[in-house]
This record gives sequence, C-alpha cells and structure tokens, in this order.
Amino acid sequence: MSKPYWTKENFPITPNIRNPAGSLAFKCGQWRSVRPVLDEKKCTKCGICVLHCPDDAIAKNEKGEIEINYDYCKGCGICENECPVKALKMIIEVAEK
Amino acid sequence: MNTRKLMSGNRAIAEAVKLSEVNVVSAYPITPATSIVEYLSEFIARGELAAEFVQAESEFGAMSACIGASSVGARVFTATCSQGLALMHELNYVAAGLRLPIVMAVTNRQLSQPLGMWCDHSDAMGERDSGWMQIYVESCQEAFDTVIQAFKLAETKEVLLPIMVCLDGFILSHTSEPVEIPEQKEIRDFLPAYKPDADYHTLLDVKKPLAAGGGCPPAFTMEFDYKKYDAQEKGREMLRKIDEEFGDAFGRRYGLVEAYKCDDADAILVAMGTIVGTAKDVADKLRSEKGWRVGVLKLRSYRPFPKEEVLKAACGSKAVAVVSRAISYGLGAPVFSDVATAMYNAPEKPVLLNFIAGMGGRDVDKKGLAAVFEKTIKAAETGKIENEVEWVGLNKNLVGG
Repeated sequence: MSKPYWTKENFPITPNIRNPAGSLAFKCGQWRSVRPVLDEKKCTKCGICVLHCPDDAIAKNEKGEIEINYDYCKGCGICENECPVKALKMIIEVAEK
Repeated sequence: MNTRKLMSGNRAIAEAVKLSEVNVVSAYPITPATSIVEYLSEFIARGELAAEFVQAESEFGAMSACIGASSVGARVFTATCSQGLALMHELNYVAAGLRLPIVMAVTNRQLSQPLGMWCDHSDAMGERDSGWMQIYVESCQEAFDTVIQAFKLAETKEVLLPIMVCLDGFILSHTSEPVEIPEQKEIRDFLPAYKPDADYHTLLDVKKPLAAGGGCPPAFTMEFDYKKYDAQEKGREMLRKIDEEFGDAFGRRYGLVEAYKCDDADAILVAMGTIVGTAKDVADKLRSEKGWRVGVLKLRSYRPFPKEEVLKAACGSKAVAVVSRAISYGLGAPVFSDVATAMYNAPEKPVLLNFIAGMGGRDVDKKGLAAVFEKTIKAAETGKIENEVEWVGLNKNLVGG
C-alpha cells in the first residue's frame, strides 16, 4: 500500500482515478476524532450499519459478525445514527500511552 | 464554392459552430451573446445541425452540461459573457483541469456594478488564469475563422484545453460585415471529427471506467498544474502551426499577433479586439499627415501570451502604449502588466505607457487614439512618461484625475 499511485511512467494529464480500489492506499482512519464501538450483546447482526457506512469500513465476517475496519473509518457517526438497537456508540479518541 | 454573406459577429460565430459539426450546445443566453445560441437552436430545430441543445437553468448549469458532454467525447460549444461568465468561474477551472476541449464564445461585456451591457474586457480578464486559452478577434471574418481554428487547437493532443473566442460585445457581436463561408467539406478536411483518447484524458467510457473530478493530495496537485502550464506553452507553437495550416487551406492567416507597420516604428500602440482596426486607421493618417513613424500591435492570442512575437515587434521601437479595455484595481491594467512582464528581461526595451480606455462601452474613437499616439511619440522623443496610468476619454470635470 505504500507504493505511489502515480509514477513517472504512468503520470497522466488529469487527476482521474483509472484503477479500482485506489482509495485503499489512503488510510483515512487517521482523520478520525471519534470512533464507533460495537456492543456485541445488543447487536442483532442486521447489517444496516454495513449498508450505510460511506467508506465501506464496516463488514460482516464469515460468522456473520459485524467488524469495523479502523484503518478506513473516518468517525462520521452515521452507523451510530442508523443502528436500530443502539448497539453502536461513538467515543472520543484518546492518545495512546 | 465559398459564399460571401453580410452577417453580424454573432451570426459568424454560429455559422462556424455549425460547420464545426458540434454535438452539443448548452447555454443560458445573456446579452449580447444571446443571438449566437438563438441561431444555433434554429439550425438544430431545422435539422441543419445534428446536435443536442441543452437549455440550462443558469450559466453554472450550462458549463456543467458542457463538461459532462465533453467528458463523454462530444464536441461542445457554449457562449456567454459578463455576469454569465462570472457565474461559470468555478466550472471554468474544472473544464481546464479535466482537459476538456470546449470552445466558448465570449461577447466581451462589462461586469456589474455599475450594471450595463456594453463592451469592455473585464469579464474575460476574470478568467485569465483559469487555464483556458483566450483569443481576441478584430472582425466578423476573424470570429468565424477563429472558432474553426479553436476547435482544432483545443482538440490537439499536446493542448487539450478549453478555449474562449473573445469578441467585443455589440461593437463586433452586433455589427455586420461580409464573411466568407467555406464549404462543409473544406471545413471537414481541416477539422475532422473529434476523436477523444480514453487512455489520455477525461473520457467516460463503460469499457474503460474512471472516476473524474475527485480529490488530489498535495503530493500531485502541483504536477497537474505544471501539465496545464506546459500545455499552454506547447499551445503557443500549435496555434502558430494551425494558423499556418488554416492559411494554406483558406487563404487567411492571423498569427498570434499582427504587427502593423511596426518595423520602422518609433511608437507602437498595443491593443486587443476592435480597438485595433481604429488604431490602424489612425496610424495611417498620422504617418501621412504628420510623418510620425507609428505602428499597431494587435494581441490576438492573449493566453498563451505571445512573448516572442511581442518582443520581436515592439522591442525595436522607442515607446509602446498599451491600451486596455480592463482595469486591475490597485495597479493599472492586466494587459499592460503582461506586456511589461514579457519585456522586462529584454536587453533593450522601449518606454511603456499604460492607457485605460473604452470601459463600459465608452467609445474609443480616432481622436482619442490620436491623443494616445501623440503622448507615445512624445515619450519616444524624451524617454519619459508623464503619468503612470492614463484614462482615455475620462470626464475629468466630474471626477478630477
């Protein structure tokens, strides 16, 4: 993922994105000031948060459990707002010690 | 057989757009550009031009539609001016940045306030640094010819930038002159159908998907700016080449500048648009009646700026007057600044005089231009200027100065 998107060989004249999944190179999780935390006891695994996440940062794993990818979650809070059983809660990020 | 017809500047533009066989016209008509798109909508309604006409809800919408249409590979035209051009401002940068070869006619008109619909170059000056090329024309025939040249230049791979064809509002847009119209086949030979390159710039193609208009991090933005800058630099040479090809095909050449009697001139007047024609007449009269060696330098291509041509034509003279139909508040005039920039590092350079004229439709007449030449000849003799900025035809009884 650290490989630059454009090089001297392929540098275009317009900033258009020609390859799919180009945004994988930009770990926008570092923009986040609040993070969603899932209460697994409340979660009904309905998947509404998966559908609403604008960054595709929430997914169901093979067991059908909800997983949040903090590399890409920007902390927008849409999942907390949409969750019908209030299983998601935004908490303030604190510096690691 | 070529036909020769009497027509207005706006009609000449519309005829050229028709013969360029554009695919899409989108506009929100504004005086004095209105009749250009009225003619085009008539051509389309009568089946003379197989194009889509998109009546937009504003100029912002019109340029958005042009960007969308050009992004799918259409040859696209629009026309506007003044407040309409100002409302497009944000999108003009997008069109240039996506490297879309849109051609737009700008019937130069003042910007409010004061509100008025008359000619000056304030509107196009606001778009000077947007990445669009700007060509200023002097006659209805040149308006016609320049539209044809503009599509060819904009679509050239080395260039791929949108172009404004600027004509003085009313003075040219609504004045009729004889215009020679070539046959469709001749135009098609010179300007073949637009073939966008999906691998090269913005082309929305389901077989080669891409996302356009997105964000770009600081690590790359300056590089895209450089590419645009470089395209204008290359565009200067490409316009010279295309103008030569046009001359070979149709017998009319314009150059990036026209140097009229500049070779032996002590004093040269630099201007854009219709002022040039009047200035040539005045120069002839002053040469024959007073024996003054005066010349006129017409700037046709304003972006890219014809640095070499300006140096070649003007640096042999003793004094150069730049007559601008635009103001840069707090400094002087943008055209003056550009001429001065081009000359600054030249080993020998003339004295430069800065004249502001013809704002908001104020007539620039022979008497006014004769006074400009007189001051310039005086500066050529003394090597000095009287005032940093001179306002031609200003009513000093009202405002002093």
